Amino acid sequence: MLNLDFAFLTPEVLSSYVLKGFLFSLQLTVLAMLGGVALGTLLALMRLSSKPWLIMPAAAYVNTMRSIPLVMVILWFFLLIPLATGRPLGAETSAMITFTLFEAAYYSEIMRAGIQSIPKGQVAAGYALGMTYGQTMREVVLPQAFRNMLPVLLTQTIILFQDTSLVYAIGAYDLLKGFEIAGKNFNRPVETYLVAAVVYFVICFSLSMLVKQLQRRIAIIR
Amino acid sequence: MPMIEIKNVGKWYGEFQVLTDCTTQVEKGEVIVVCGPSGSGKSTLIKCVNGLEPFQQGKILVKGISVGAPATNLPKLRSQVGMVFQHFELFPHMSITENLTIGQIKVLGRNKDEATDKGLRLLDRVGLRAHAHKFPGELSGGQQQRVAIARALAMDPICMLFDEPTSALDPEMINEVLDVMVELVREGMTMMCVTHEMGFARKVANRVIFMDQGRIVEDAAKEDFFGTPRSERAQQFLSKILQH
Repeated sequence: MLNLDFAFLTPEVLSSYVLKGFLFSLQLTVLAMLGGVALGTLLALMRLSSKPWLIMPAAAYVNTMRSIPLVMVILWFFLLIPLATGRPLGAETSAMITFTLFEAAYYSEIMRAGIQSIPKGQVAAGYALGMTYGQTMREVVLPQAFRNMLPVLLTQTIILFQDTSLVYAIGAYDLLKGFEIAGKNFNRPVETYLVAAVVYFVICFSLSMLVKQLQRRIAIIR
Repeated sequence: MPMIEIKNVGKWYGEFQVLTDCTTQVEKGEVIVVCGPSGSGKSTLIKCVNGLEPFQQGKILVKGISVGAPATNLPKLRSQVGMVFQHFELFPHMSITENLTIGQIKVLGRNKDEATDKGLRLLDRVGLRAHAHKFPGELSGGQQQRVAIARALAMDPICMLFDEPTSALDPEMINEVLDVMVELVREGMTMMCVTHEMGFARKVANRVIFMDQGRIVEDAAKEDFFGTPRSERAQQFLSKILQH
């Protein structure tokens, strides 16, 4: 039988080991989501333009990012940037930039579908009022696309939150790392990994329940 | 100078020619009805007038400004030409008031109070003042189309284009939209209108254009068109749609 003992995981231990990591995971998720959605929207607009010199680089970027395992992108970015710039970036900063760049590829596919879900007549109506391309996108198309895609964007963000645990590859201090160190110091690795799994599960499962609720409330605009 | 001049316009989708050598003009204050069987290019032609559809051949001038010329400021030109679509195309994420003010604020640079004031006055005119706070999805098709007309009018257009404004409406809602359009004609608005509403054409049109297979087959004064249309194709068309 497993001889499990969780008694060492007191609030003090959790707050001194785990809280810092949790806050970093949260920060990484939120920043990568905001940056990723912004960059992803730009990439989506590029791919939906009629100009080959905009379509091709955006398509190449998205396809490349989506074809490489995230953990390799994290590693390579962490190792290559110091070589290119001559100074190390730090695991945390490196992770934030990498996740933003990587997630942008996924968010861009979601935004592309969202933009395409808006009828062409809406664009024509914007133009007919005298709006420019930028105004038509900003005022007419993107608000509707975001609204239609909100549940999918949030689901992707939940996946992003799980993926932040991959920063273990470069030694950044995230939620998982917090548990891992606590487990090592108290010589209770099995217990801490178990609790870590439960924490990830509770966070992600309740978030996806929330997304489901939201999905029911937002009717898709057509 | 005519309000709208269409000269020898040709348009292709790849190999397929949708418009062939279309020539006509609309004088200030004139009302032109464009009709014809589906696929005859009438909607395409009207969309060329404000540059929503590009064309490869010929010229279209709106108040002397060439629509197809690369140097033309298309957004500015379009802001002066009102357009009403078959499927209304109100912005579903904005309230009726916002629909009426967005163009005024973002394109014409009016301030919010001024734009709202103007929007509500126009809403009053199309009989929908009480619906200002609602969203397009809460209105009937006829009501939405009336809002769409008000939205176009809010820009103080020099002329109006209508692309089958009643063909997506239930029969009992057609008249409320046509009433608004007739009212506009009475006020002297220059209009180019793609429609199958021959009653409307009879009542207010100056000229009727009949299109078939991308060509303007008939371009005649209303009396002549409904009296003795010259082309056989137009006669057939008229006898079919006026049968019942």
